[in-house]
Amino acid sequence: MEPKIGVYICKGCEISQSIDVEKLVGTALKDGKADLCKTHDMLCSIEGLETIRDDIGKDGVNRVVVAACSYRAFPELFDFGKDILTDRVNLREQVAWCHKPNDDDTQIIAEDYIRMGVTRVRNSEPPQPFVEETSKSIMVVGGGKAGLTAARAAADAGYSVILIEKESYLGGWAAKFSKVFPKKPPYQSPENSGISELIREVESHSNITVKKGAVISKTSGQPGKFTVIINDGAADTELNVGAIVQATGWKPYDFTKLSRWGYGVSPDVVTNIDLEAMVSNGGIKRPSDGKGIDSIAFIQCAGSREPDHLPYCSAVCCRVSLKQALYVREKFPNAKIFIIYRDLRTTAQYELFYAQVQNDDAIFLTKGEIASVNKDDGGKIAIDVRETLLGEDIRITADMVVLATGMVPTTKVDESEMAVEPPEASETTEPASASQDGLTADGKKEAAGAEKGAKILNLTYRQGTDLPTLKYGFPDSHYICFPYETRRTGIYAAGTVRAPMDLSASESDAYGAALKAIQAVEAVARGAAVHPRSGDLSFPEFFMQRCTQCKRCTEECPFGTLDEDDKGTPLPNPFRCRRCGICMGACPERIVSFKNYNVNMISQMIKTIHIPDEFEEKPRILAFICENDALPSLDMAGMKRLQYNAMVRIIPLRCLGSMNTIWVGDALASGFDGVLLIGCKKGDDYQCHFIRGSELAATRMTNVREKLKQLVLEEERVQLHEVAISDYARIPKIFDEFLETIEKVGPNPYKGM
Amino acid sequence: MAEIEPIPSLIRADILVVGGGIAGMTAAIEAAEIGKSVVLLERSATLGGRVAAMNQYFPKLCPPTCGIEINLRRIRVNPCIRVLTLAEVGKLSGAAGDFDVQVKLNPRFVNEKCTACGDCEKACEVERDDDFNYGLSRTKAIYLPHLMAYPVRYVIDPKYIKDPSMKKVVESCRYAAIDLDMKTQEVTLKVASTVWATGWKPYDATRIDNLGFGKYKNVVTNVIMERLASENGPTGGKIVRPSDGREIKSIGFVQCAGSRDENHLPYCSSVCCLASMKQATYIRAQYPEADIHMFYIDVRSPGRMEDFYVKVQQDQKFHFHRGKVGNLTEVPGSENIVLEAENTLTGVITKTEVDMAVLAIGMVPNTADEVPSIPITRDSYGFIVPNGSGGIVGAGAVLRPCDVANSVQQATGAAMQAICAAGRK
Repeated sequence: MEPKIGVYICKGCEISQSIDVEKLVGTALKDGKADLCKTHDMLCSIEGLETIRDDIGKDGVNRVVVAACSYRAFPELFDFGKDILTDRVNLREQVAWCHKPNDDDTQIIAEDYIRMGVTRVRNSEPPQPFVEETSKSIMVVGGGKAGLTAARAAADAGYSVILIEKESYLGGWAAKFSKVFPKKPPYQSPENSGISELIREVESHSNITVKKGAVISKTSGQPGKFTVIINDGAADTELNVGAIVQATGWKPYDFTKLSRWGYGVSPDVVTNIDLEAMVSNGGIKRPSDGKGIDSIAFIQCAGSREPDHLPYCSAVCCRVSLKQALYVREKFPNAKIFIIYRDLRTTAQYELFYAQVQNDDAIFLTKGEIASVNKDDGGKIAIDVRETLLGEDIRITADMVVLATGMVPTTKVDESEMAVEPPEASETTEPASASQDGLTADGKKEAAGAEKGAKILNLTYRQGTDLPTLKYGFPDSHYICFPYETRRTGIYAAGTVRAPMDLSASESDAYGAALKAIQAVEAVARGAAVHPRSGDLSFPEFFMQRCTQCKRCTEECPFGTLDEDDKGTPLPNPFRCRRCGICMGACPERIVSFKNYNVNMISQMIKTIHIPDEFEEKPRILAFICENDALPSLDMAGMKRLQYNAMVRIIPLRCLGSMNTIWVGDALASGFDGVLLIGCKKGDDYQCHFIRGSELAATRMTNVREKLKQLVLEEERVQLHEVAISDYARIPKIFDEFLETIEKVGPNPYKGM
Repeated sequence: MAEIEPIPSLIRADILVVGGGIAGMTAAIEAAEIGKSVVLLERSATLGGRVAAMNQYFPKLCPPTCGIEINLRRIRVNPCIRVLTLAEVGKLSGAAGDFDVQVKLNPRFVNEKCTACGDCEKACEVERDDDFNYGLSRTKAIYLPHLMAYPVRYVIDPKYIKDPSMKKVVESCRYAAIDLDMKTQEVTLKVASTVWATGWKPYDATRIDNLGFGKYKNVVTNVIMERLASENGPTGGKIVRPSDGREIKSIGFVQCAGSRDENHLPYCSSVCCLASMKQATYIRAQYPEADIHMFYIDVRSPGRMEDFYVKVQQDQKFHFHRGKVGNLTEVPGSENIVLEAENTLTGVITKTEVDMAVLAIGMVPNTADEVPSIPITRDSYGFIVPNGSGGIVGAGAVLRPCDVANSVQQATGAAMQAICAAGRK
């Protein structure tokens, strides 16, 4: 449809006291060539909105520029339906509230922003969602507590569920535990896990199909359209599912590495897993002679909180040992029970359970570090403990020792296993090999190298076969506020595979993951994005004729959206996409675009900004600002009426990773004296909403510097800064300091050329 | 979405979420994003709850406002969510699938025409203690609760509504948004299930006599420390001694202040160890040379939080002492604080003098003393005991003391449980 652009300028909230609004009307009509432009005293009022709706209805306006307050204020009011493209020009927080009123420079900013707003809507279209027929079934992988709970929850909510379990039975670890530590007040006695009832409910649920003894040999496709091949030992079955909950749980830390804690010195040194098995299978007895015991010692953190073993804490072992101490107490009322710990970690109401065990006269809790564990002459186990509270070294002897070992996610492959099966050789064990998964030899090597996890889902993704893992092999989120996010859209981890946790935490975790999976199938069914741009209907389109198969987009997408054909041409999977635009920033040929966000749109916006000539001594700075944290922060600077430099022009980006370096060139060619890139923090504690965007922007700075060198321009003219959303007071300083730098460097020699 | 039109007296929805903190916001949005209609009730004038008053989260040291911004962005544009602030829940009757809930909406005295331009604030001559900063600063009687407040709308402290100067405030508004005669409104909700996410409050530190809070100026609580470190706090983010505004050379963190203590809170509040270690990083960022002391019984950094503990242990001037602090005293003249700690097993008593002390105060569920008239079971500390079904699901810190990540995780699960409960009838 031919664009018909209406510009609506609000006079309220100090805008008309600060800016000559009537002059802006001229700018919109003459410079911007908008079809119409109106002003209003209060655009967000019923009357103001009616003016816009009237023009849409009667005059056929289909592109609306609301020049008023920030896009963060009243977005619900300025939504005129999916066919009307609306853009906000922020005259309030970004102009009137933070610049000198009735000043020429302030007026010029407002004029620039009006032209940029008109240019933006002229060069974009309302996004039309990508819609195809999709599946709303949920596949749950893993039939332990978390998997069973997720399956039942999704089924109860009315979704069809397929539950895959590699063992021949359901219940996972929970089915092997005699009791679990107390969850109900008064938090004193171990309880039943309730797993059998849950298994029964799942197996009899009309919305759930259970596949036991089955593994996944291949998962291809995208959310809403996953094709999964499962093998139950006899035959392959193909399934179509919409989303996946991975609840594959944990495995115990490799016992054989626990010699420092005495594993192997005697059969009477066992792990907490062994003890649990004894309780379930006939009761606790001394392994060496099958007799009863007079004394037992529990050694906490055996292999946990150790840099050479598991550096993390497994969160549950303290409580497990307290529970197991009570097992021993019950069976051998006269036995002495020692628990040797570093920090007793019974958080929340579990402290009450600890307090009760502490009060037991036969249970001795000793804080200290294990020096050595040996078999003594009498056949007992001698444990030397140092750094105790009393400041002295002590020796504890016991008939039996239980090592409280930690939890390792099933997504983690041990280095020893890695050595036996190097990732490069993965195709030998993987039925979906070269020709089928479409990876080139190079791509496969990279994918395998990046993928150090176990092969569980066997995704045919170009970036690897399973959920990417973070530290220690957990496919956990790095977001504190969004714990379910993974780097593979529509696939959510739940329970102990995600983080060490107990059964009740796994249960609530599974409910949450089931909801996220449902969100994914519902979102893709209407062509909408999931977190963090939930509901966004735009998606990237590729102009393949110009693709040079450089593979930057397929490598750089943080979510593994793009696969590749044999030649390396990207194969888009729109339902995997989070709409960050990192592919658009990556593409040197500029073939990636969104209907309402594209390279040309921003290039055109840059060109509409008025650049004063050198002799006016008014430098111009272009700031590309990430809209996730930096832009709201700038809004807050406005709300606080912090004043900042009027030489700066702001262009918001979906993510700094979506910045195409051509824009820097465009800006310098237009005569801008400097370019600022302001985004989120990168590194281990990154705050980038799209994980890798700010890191990629930093990488691209290398190209930018080269470009500057080619143009014989100073390196200082382009700077990258990281800010947090709370840094609103810092942003004006960044502007000022940059302006000082630019003044030192001098005007852009290309100005006016 | 916030209200832009008059609120009807009867609202039907799939799910009611009570509490607009991080847990309630999460439960509401996560349910609404699969198309469930949700009413989100908040007692105060804004969403955001306690996390909005935090400076940073452990372990990433990122500001909570980042997550709030994402969630607000989702709420603003989602037509399935109706946010009602200044709301109090009255009687709740019925059963899963069919609850009737009486809600009282207290007047904001500012209507939906408010643009948050701030003219009223300039015109207002009356000030009040800013509860967002625990009374350490003042706001005008008409105020925006904080920079991330949602709805983005001013509110008048009802205590000052009759103040004669308010007339001027009314006149200052160009949009006729201020209405001093605004009345309480009664609303009936008909919902299929309810998520109870009313959150927590810090334990009243003045009840721990021996720790001197309220008596000595240089003894603060951990929640106050968050405000002192925040850019939008009473000191603009500069951490200084409350008594004289002086820079800090030494500081002591008192762990389990009232927690794991039969006389106060017998349970562990789960987050305080990590919170204190995090606050130590605030101190270190501003004072590279300051001595930081932490007195603890057990350092509890479960799961991968252990990495954070390991990281802060690299700091040579961060001293960990095992022992419970029994007594805080003030040094006359210097107003320094002496921490007296006793090693619980050896009985050895140590004394450490610091410029200021931070009490790592525990979390009390709001369900402990604000007993809602709803059919739920609580333990002896006031935490909700999950009952599996029944259509009322607890979320966040009303279940157990927890950090934000756990609260969010749990609240997402609670949203799903509420959806299932509504479906099962």
